[in-house]
Amino acid sequence: MPNRKVSEVIDREYLELRAKILEIAASFDRMERAEGKQDERMLKIEAGLQILSDPDSNKAKRVQELFSIDYDSQWREHFRING
Amino acid sequence: MYYVDPHIHMVSRTTDDYETLARMGCVAMSEPAFWAGFDRSSVDGFRDYFRQLTEVEPARAAQFGIQHYTWLCINAKEAENVELSREVIAMIPEFINCPNVLGIGEIGLNKNTRNEATIFVEHLELAVQLEELILIHTPHLEDKLQGTRMILDMLQNDKRILPERVLVDHVEEHTIGHVLDAGFWAGMTLYPVTKCTPQRAADMIEIHGTDRLCVNSAGDWGPSKPTAVPDLIIEMRKRGHREADIRKVVFDNPLSFFRQNKRFQFKDPTTETTG
Repeated sequence: MPNRKVSEVIDREYLELRAKILEIAASFDRMERAEGKQDERMLKIEAGLQILSDPDSNKAKRVQELFSIDYDSQWREHFRING
Repeated sequence: MYYVDPHIHMVSRTTDDYETLARMGCVAMSEPAFWAGFDRSSVDGFRDYFRQLTEVEPARAAQFGIQHYTWLCINAKEAENVELSREVIAMIPEFINCPNVLGIGEIGLNKNTRNEATIFVEHLELAVQLEELILIHTPHLEDKLQGTRMILDMLQNDKRILPERVLVDHVEEHTIGHVLDAGFWAGMTLYPVTKCTPQRAADMIEIHGTDRLCVNSAGDWGPSKPTAVPDLIIEMRKRGHREADIRKVVFDNPLSFFRQNKRFQFKDPTTETTG
């Protein structure tokens, strides 16, 4: 796989990243202007943003796991299925 | 660059799309049986659909020099109807020896229900009995992780199933490792919003390597892009990947998987040979 520098990635993606952050900011503004109580799905959105700003790696995988139903290893017993 | 789209639903696309795909370098494709956007009411609805997959689409593709292959099953969504599913499974052997049939697929789970799991296991049994390859659909969004792991549990529970003869499709960052580590082939689907972008697919290739990894558009009747595979080719070129590595993912790998099927015949435009 090709080696590349951080600066090369930023050169390619800076404007795109800026645009994506702007879209998220505008979505938050839109929700703030809307009426009603906070939706509990917002807690997941906020947890997702935390992943983006923490120092750990594998951010895409961790965001995917955040928005996933947990694996239930006992599913066969619950379904009474032998497969 | 010539490429193969190993998962695309051409019954939902126009003849113009075939021409565009040919212009983009697509030389072969495989079309899994899937949910047509509505539930069919009888086994005869599926019989007509299987005729479309084995007779009509190969002829439509051939007009543009594209080799069309297919997979047969009742999809996970309609598998909720167990009685109909069993009628369809019993009918599949009528079509299995058609020259463009690669195996059983796309079977899998949709909402991870008991009925879906029951019919998935019965499809596996048919594939084992007929010694056919298997192509697997994994659920979307929040159901994907649980569904993929349930599917792997069922596959690994049957020791007659060889991992190298199974491709688990629609993998994303949180499922690709589970699939590849268990020895199966993995497919990444480039599909707007609910699946994967070319950029994220290229990231997964850089993290997991190119072995047993394919990429597809899953172009269908929904908001999808049938020319998504060339988008990945461009993304990998922009990042400086070698042409041989790109070709492995978009051409060599799907053909290596398909060649395990005893009926598979492919005319290779790069060598002008058939085999």
